[in-house]
Amino acid sequence: MVKIKEPENNVKLPLSRPIIGVAGKTGLWRTMRPIVNNEKCTSCFQCEIYCPVNVIRVEPKLGVTIDYDYCKGCGICEDVCPRSAIIMIPEIGE
Amino acid sequence: MSESQVKPPLPYSARDVVLPGDASCHGCPIPIALKVLSAVFGEKMILVIPACCTSVIVGTYPGQSLKASIIHVPFASAAAVASGVAQALKMRGISDVQVVAWAGDGGTADIGMATVSGAAERNEDIFYIMYDNEAYMNTGIQRSSSTPRGAWTTTTPILGKGENKKDVAKVLIAHNVPYVATASIGYPHDLYSKLQRAKNIHGFKYIQIHAPCPTGWRFDPKYTVKIAKLAVETGFWILYEYYNGKLIISGPSRPLLDSSKRKPIEEYLKLQGRFRTITPEIINSINEYIESNWSWIKKLM
Repeated sequence: MVKIKEPENNVKLPLSRPIIGVAGKTGLWRTMRPIVNNEKCTSCFQCEIYCPVNVIRVEPKLGVTIDYDYCKGCGICEDVCPRSAIIMIPEIGE
Repeated sequence: MSESQVKPPLPYSARDVVLPGDASCHGCPIPIALKVLSAVFGEKMILVIPACCTSVIVGTYPGQSLKASIIHVPFASAAAVASGVAQALKMRGISDVQVVAWAGDGGTADIGMATVSGAAERNEDIFYIMYDNEAYMNTGIQRSSSTPRGAWTTTTPILGKGENKKDVAKVLIAHNVPYVATASIGYPHDLYSKLQRAKNIHGFKYIQIHAPCPTGWRFDPKYTVKIAKLAVETGFWILYEYYNGKLIISGPSRPLLDSSKRKPIEEYLKLQGRFRTITPEIINSINEYIESNWSWIKKLM
């Protein structure tokens, strides 16, 4: 990213900045929630590579974590998982 | 895995640039492709985005969902603006930033064709990436010239589109540019290696990414990757690279030169609601279209 110098006299440039959640908490869009069974997981990274929202993190020692604040519940992770370690259950709220 | 070991670029390099919480639909293929792009260039890229789904996905002021520089431009001008930015970077002596024009199929095959052709003819040092979701998805699923035959859209509502898909990769090969490739979001490692190879080539680089759109193609969002893979496995979408005057078929498509190894096209069509009213005659014509594409490939190999 190219760094742009702000002008000195407190004028705010109309430039967008990178922020997490530009469309709000997209986790609220979810109707199905992905649940990971870490015992079945073999750390093949398929779910992380294909996750369109970039919320899945696979750490070989710690297992799979999903950021439910932003997960939209599309279910791609369930479909690409070769071991069926991820299942989708209906969202019932907090 | 110990810390000293070299970590693979996917997924580790793709973690930081595409931020969660963008405005894409469920199961959208575009952020998957953007993640692979970011694994190659990191933050050192300037994306030139005309009106398309991606300009909505990355969001508007005051935020954006990509940790990269983005220029939003009017529809037909993506390749022209990218040419100008690349020339400006060259004048200022900046060589480590890559200019990427990132447009949909409408912005490339229909509206942006003139500027794409112009930039290709001048051989500007830019990437032009067309993600091909086969209709104007952002404005409400209108037919584009990249829509395949028989597909339902809101402007071809009863019989489906009557013409075959325009093959923009062939058009760019005819321009004799240094690098042309087709890719698919179903095969991110293939796309990654193509971007890595093209990165070191000076001149106009064109990559067309097949991107199944759950909203416009009328399928369950979880099948995005499955349908992208089926398009390749049935031979409907052929993965290849063209450089140094030669066409090289990529790994996933290589066994499919033998037509008996291809899956039947019905497997790909039946998952999508847009092909619900397709007739056996149109399926036959799609099969003929696939066969003619492969015979064209064999001639250039």
